[in-house]
Amino acid sequence: MLQEHCKLLAVFKQTGEIIGRKKLQKLIYIAKKLEFPFFEKYQFHIYGPYSEELNLRMEEICSLSFVEEVKEKKSGYYQYRYNLSSKGEEFLSLSDYELPETKALLNELNEQSSRFLELVSTVLYFEYLTREEVEDKVFTLKAKQNYTSEEIGKAYEFISRLREKTNIVS
Amino acid sequence: MAGRYGVLDEEKVFKDPVHRYIHVRDELIWELIGTREFQRLRRIRQLGTTYLTFHGAEHTRLNHSLGVYEVMRRMVENIEKKQKWDPEERLVCLSAALLHDIGHGPFSHSFEKVFHMDHEEWTREIILGDTEINQVLSNMGKNFPQKVADVISKTYSNKLVVSLISSQIDADRMDYLLRDAFYTGVSYGQFDMERILRVMRPAEDQAVFKHSGMHAVEDYIMSRYQMYWQVYFHPVTRSAEVILSKILHRAKDLYEQGYEFIDKPKHFYTLFSGKITLKDYLKLDESVILYYFQEWQEEKDEILRDLCQRFMDRRLFKYVEVDPSAQMRVWPELLQLFTKIGLDPHYYLVIDSSSDLPYDFYRPGEEEERLPIHLLKQSGELRELSRESEIVEAISGKKRTDHKLYFPLDFLEDERTFAEEKKRILLLLKAQEG
Repeated sequence: MLQEHCKLLAVFKQTGEIIGRKKLQKLIYIAKKLEFPFFEKYQFHIYGPYSEELNLRMEEICSLSFVEEVKEKKSGYYQYRYNLSSKGEEFLSLSDYELPETKALLNELNEQSSRFLELVSTVLYFEYLTREEVEDKVFTLKAKQNYTSEEIGKAYEFISRLREKTNIVS
Repeated sequence: MAGRYGVLDEEKVFKDPVHRYIHVRDELIWELIGTREFQRLRRIRQLGTTYLTFHGAEHTRLNHSLGVYEVMRRMVENIEKKQKWDPEERLVCLSAALLHDIGHGPFSHSFEKVFHMDHEEWTREIILGDTEINQVLSNMGKNFPQKVADVISKTYSNKLVVSLISSQIDADRMDYLLRDAFYTGVSYGQFDMERILRVMRPAEDQAVFKHSGMHAVEDYIMSRYQMYWQVYFHPVTRSAEVILSKILHRAKDLYEQGYEFIDKPKHFYTLFSGKITLKDYLKLDESVILYYFQEWQEEKDEILRDLCQRFMDRRLFKYVEVDPSAQMRVWPELLQLFTKIGLDPHYYLVIDSSSDLPYDFYRPGEEEERLPIHLLKQSGELRELSRESEIVEAISGKKRTDHKLYFPLDFLEDERTFAEEKKRILLLLKAQEG
């Protein structure tokens, strides 16, 4: 029961801590695009692919005290820090749910900046387009972020490296 | 104007119970309405299983799509009075409004969950693929279908256009709230849309609202809040949705096990195997699905048969409110007891959470990903709605999470078999509510 909630708890267990709602959103989206079993529905929003379903599921998990959410004031904005609580750990152990081994992938994603993950997830969102068209989308839809062609190139390299690694895992 | 289509010799009108009339004067829109993919929406209900709770809720995706088009037509007309508007952009807006739900399938939400599909991807395929809709849109120019698809998927360069169809207060939501309230017969979904349209002002990234129209916007927010809890998240509707999902899961599981169906579910084959094509997808509608549910009431498989009978005869599951955090230690025993009495808990003990629902209500501020509703003050300053309105502030901080545990009470009350175990199950279920 509550299997999709358990998957998220397993993510926190594997990563230790995730800082920032945006990072969490992009992390799950990228894992989903790499064929890991996440089924939250995503749409394109201000910072790229965003899932209201995931947002609400996180709200549920936090209100059940399965995850500790700490709101920190930063210069000009708030940042959220997420950790699995002991109650969450207990729920996960009672549920018998085991997420496929995603630790290496999740940790690699977790080490990246939110800005870079936003770019990676945007490139993945438009991956059915040509490289030129993707660049055009990034420059138009993310004009405020001022991404460069070089950064887009790095995002492509990062995706292809992740794909190679996850193929080895599967 | 570019493209083959111009203006109709005579304006066409559709009678509509929500907007009174839906006006069509563009040949393009008229042609789109006549396509087979758009007409298919007549066979898909707007509110899925809600008709099992509110018997009036039989309205379809077609009614709603025409309604969204009409709201958008009025929005565009208002904006045109205030600023110059490219004629092609106008048609992109109207087409996107009309086609925004074109990718929905039968009982869309359950199908998406069970088969891991996304109706927005189907929308893009229908608009860009080998369809009558694509032929009509392509007559407007090579890039026109792509522009319409981009508006619907929120990746169009003009963010104002995207916000008119998809934002916290948009043509889609305004139509469905009014329409769903009308057809369900509830009185709390009403708000003054005309007033909202009159105070709407185009801004750079989204439409904003004159401060003097705040009370009309408040009414809209209240309507959204009430409809969320009273209609969209109605526990009986959710029970029907739970059973529907479990029927689809069961049929898929049986197919994968090589089960021989009495009546072969050929419409489902590519869906079950994860290889569904656009052509197959477009053949699915609610008449087809209900035909199979009707037939599966005669199947040999006990679970499939029982679930279909429940759905068709409206013999739904009952529920208790649960707090998973407080009750989790009891669940292993419940699961064990269900298995012992011969009820597979995967099908007969189901948690439904608020995150399973494709609706939400207004929550300003904290979600950086979504632009909140802004009021335009006389000074030109923009203020977020909940900072100006006490009513909106009062409801926007409210908890919106909820979990219910569904089960077949009729089975559990039948004491002819496993009387002791069933008594224990009922006790544990009752204790879930605290």
